Amino acid sequence: MPEQTEIRTTERAAPPPPAPPATSDAAVIRDALGVGIAVGLSGFAFGVTSAGAGLSLLQTCALSLLVFTGASQLALVGALAAGGNPLTAAAGAFFLGARNAFYGLRLSAVLGYRATVKPFAAHWVLDETSAVALAQPDRRSARLGFTVTGLTLYVLWNLTTLAGALGAEALGDTETWGLDAAGPAVFLALLAPMLKDTVERVAAGLAVVLVMVTLPLLPTGVPVLVAALAAPAVLVVQGRRGQGTAQGPRADRADDHGPPARPEGTSASRPATEEDPA
Amino acid sequence: MNVWIAIAVTAVGCYLVKYLGLAAPAGLLERPLVKRLAALLPVALLAALTAQQTFSDGRHLMLDAKAAGVAAAAVALVLRAPFLLVVGVAVAVTAGVRALGG
Repeated sequence: MPEQTEIRTTERAAPPPPAPPATSDAAVIRDALGVGIAVGLSGFAFGVTSAGAGLSLLQTCALSLLVFTGASQLALVGALAAGGNPLTAAAGAFFLGARNAFYGLRLSAVLGYRATVKPFAAHWVLDETSAVALAQPDRRSARLGFTVTGLTLYVLWNLTTLAGALGAEALGDTETWGLDAAGPAVFLALLAPMLKDTVERVAAGLAVVLVMVTLPLLPTGVPVLVAALAAPAVLVVQGRRGQGTAQGPRADRADDHGPPARPEGTSASRPATEEDPA
Repeated sequence: MNVWIAIAVTAVGCYLVKYLGLAAPAGLLERPLVKRLAALLPVALLAALTAQQTFSDGRHLMLDAKAAGVAAAAVALVLRAPFLLVVGVAVAVTAGVRALGG
């Protein structure tokens, strides 16, 4: 009998604590599924593109299973279709994938996984999983967001890759269906929330200018890497201005995973470069 | 065979890069410069990828229905539309403009 009373008390005590996280878990899962499903479905476009570029079904699926970073896969397929040699094509894809190292760098502290888990988690380090995980207020939600986004994306991306490759002939010209717009729309949707401050906007604008100027001149994959130089360039300019006005350390060191602190008084003198209006 | 070499090199390279970032020593993150660079690099890369995929076929600059689709996606983003809708709008508008333009 005392046991039953104890059970009752614990039952009574139990409901309040899980209640607040339960709603926030649902919100995290909803966001994660939204991103995972939307982007996962664009594996279809990759499957179609890859098959259209002359890769076999097995090669197309191997790319989605093993490389699993959309931009790199598309870059590789594009370069191979254009007749690039395999190593140059792989280099372009690798350069595009290099950004994932920086996502990992930020995710490492936010997710706090043990060393034994990291080799498995690494395969899911992507634009999408990072965007969802880094948007969360605490480690628990970040891990949940990362896992749900990663799992949804991996499963759907591979299934739709298969479907896309199989349906390539059946569908005819995929551009008729506007599927080629999914890629840039996904990138834009991921970028938009990051453009909070002048520094981010200037870096984005400069990157756009760099990629547009170098695109006709440099091999596939390289222009995007050149455009990445916009980030250090903006930081160097910002640092010089900071030295000119203030001697103390900049006030953004307490910033954990938010955007860099707004530079004092530089926004007025340096208008944000907008992206090319489409 | 060449294609398989490209796939293998890409798979290994892309995995290592992901793992390297995740496994990097925590001390590295405490340097303010690295932290700010890590935050700003994805911004630059995503902006570049968006522009490249919107205004080119990978090698040549061009302006086609895709630009209208991405512009529509931008409007949807400003209106705070959900992710799936943003992508859907881009695809639908692109397909629509192509259908109208013949």
